[in-house]
Amino acid sequence: MIAIIDYGSGNVNSVKNALDCLGCYSVITSNPKEILEADKLIFPGVGAFGDAMKELKKRKLDGAIKSFIESKKPFLGICIGLQVLFEESEESPNVKGLGIFKGKVLRFKKGKIPQIGWNKISSKTIGNGYVYFVNSYYPVPEDKGIIESTSDYYIKFTAAVKKDNVFATQFHPEKSGKFGQEILRKWLNAG
Amino acid sequence: MLAKRIIVCLDVKDGRVVKGVKFVNFRDAGNPIDLAKYYNEQGADELSFLDITASYEKRKIIIDIIRKVAKEVFIPLSVGGGINNIEAIRKLLNAGAEKVSIGTAAVKNPNLVKEAAKKFGSQAIVLSIDAKRKNNSWTVYINGGREDANIDALDFAKKMEKYGAGELLLNSIDRDGTKKGYDLELNKRFSEELNIPIIASGGAGSLEDIRDVLTIGKADAALAASIFHYKKYTINDVKEYLRKNGVGVRI
Repeated sequence: MIAIIDYGSGNVNSVKNALDCLGCYSVITSNPKEILEADKLIFPGVGAFGDAMKELKKRKLDGAIKSFIESKKPFLGICIGLQVLFEESEESPNVKGLGIFKGKVLRFKKGKIPQIGWNKISSKTIGNGYVYFVNSYYPVPEDKGIIESTSDYYIKFTAAVKKDNVFATQFHPEKSGKFGQEILRKWLNAG
Repeated sequence: MLAKRIIVCLDVKDGRVVKGVKFVNFRDAGNPIDLAKYYNEQGADELSFLDITASYEKRKIIIDIIRKVAKEVFIPLSVGGGINNIEAIRKLLNAGAEKVSIGTAAVKNPNLVKEAAKKFGSQAIVLSIDAKRKNNSWTVYINGGREDANIDALDFAKKMEKYGAGELLLNSIDRDGTKKGYDLELNKRFSEELNIPIIASGGAGSLEDIRDVLTIGKADAALAASIFHYKKYTINDVKEYLRKNGVGVRI
């Protein structure tokens, strides 16, 4: 079973729709027990870094996500779901992230903010092509080895990270047309 | 670099796509779900639904349409037309819309934009302005372009950007339906003065028009309806042309 974390802020249905179309059954949940029992976990975060962490803590989902990741089962983070894996963000200076990865999340300094639209990624394993971004912030991992994809928005930035059982994208594969579906399909088939 | 977007606009009335669709060679050319799939296949970067349903009771039809389209089309969907409260926005976003656009209601109740941006994030809230030239500037028109609100459009857009609008759908009333090209001056001016993406609307008649508004007009996206519905060009024609002219697009 695939669990999609819902913490009340965003539209998680689009992720579920994308999985349905790929023939994968998933449940939307905010129940830590259900999350720990899942075979695969997706966290499509939205909103601000600080708000997301606050909501996760309130629902005791921060511990559930960490335990899930420690169990080595496949985890996919999307957008804020990627950012909270890091230690901190310029968006919410006094809030600690989950700290799965060392590094921080920075704000774009140039161009229109947020970046909204299709941008090209270059990747190690998930392919190159256009994906849909909506972001004002981007991750800067300390360990450059975890960088899976990069893109350019007045600066070269990390668009996806991958390490062991954790895969996370700054872009929205569920809104990235056929290429996005392909990325999701590969992730689903890999684990 | 971020690609310039080509957005197709579908006018929906009582659950049917109207305007120009009789030229699309479908058995059921007014079916919004089929049309959405058709334009997605062609390479549209985004679909914009404009609900022009007059009767309030029939407004829930658009929610059902969005729900169905979102199950099959995995690109951003936006919806506009008569949206004037938080609950309506919530329903549309939950149905699968990526964003909603707010026009007349933003003029009448600017706090709606502020409240909606705070609740759903700026990326979900598009400010929609129908702008008409007046002397050396532009004024805001409301109620489907029928009434002059007597507000300076640029001042209003700046205020709404501060309130949290994430994008601006900028429609030129002077050019709308004329096929004489987008209002380049309008788009350039607003794009330089604002820090949010501009979606140019109104006047697309040729490939050059689209190129010009994305280059000279500095718009981030170009929205068009009739040139696609009337099959003058496919989206791929537009994108190939843009690419050859040095404009970055998703192909």
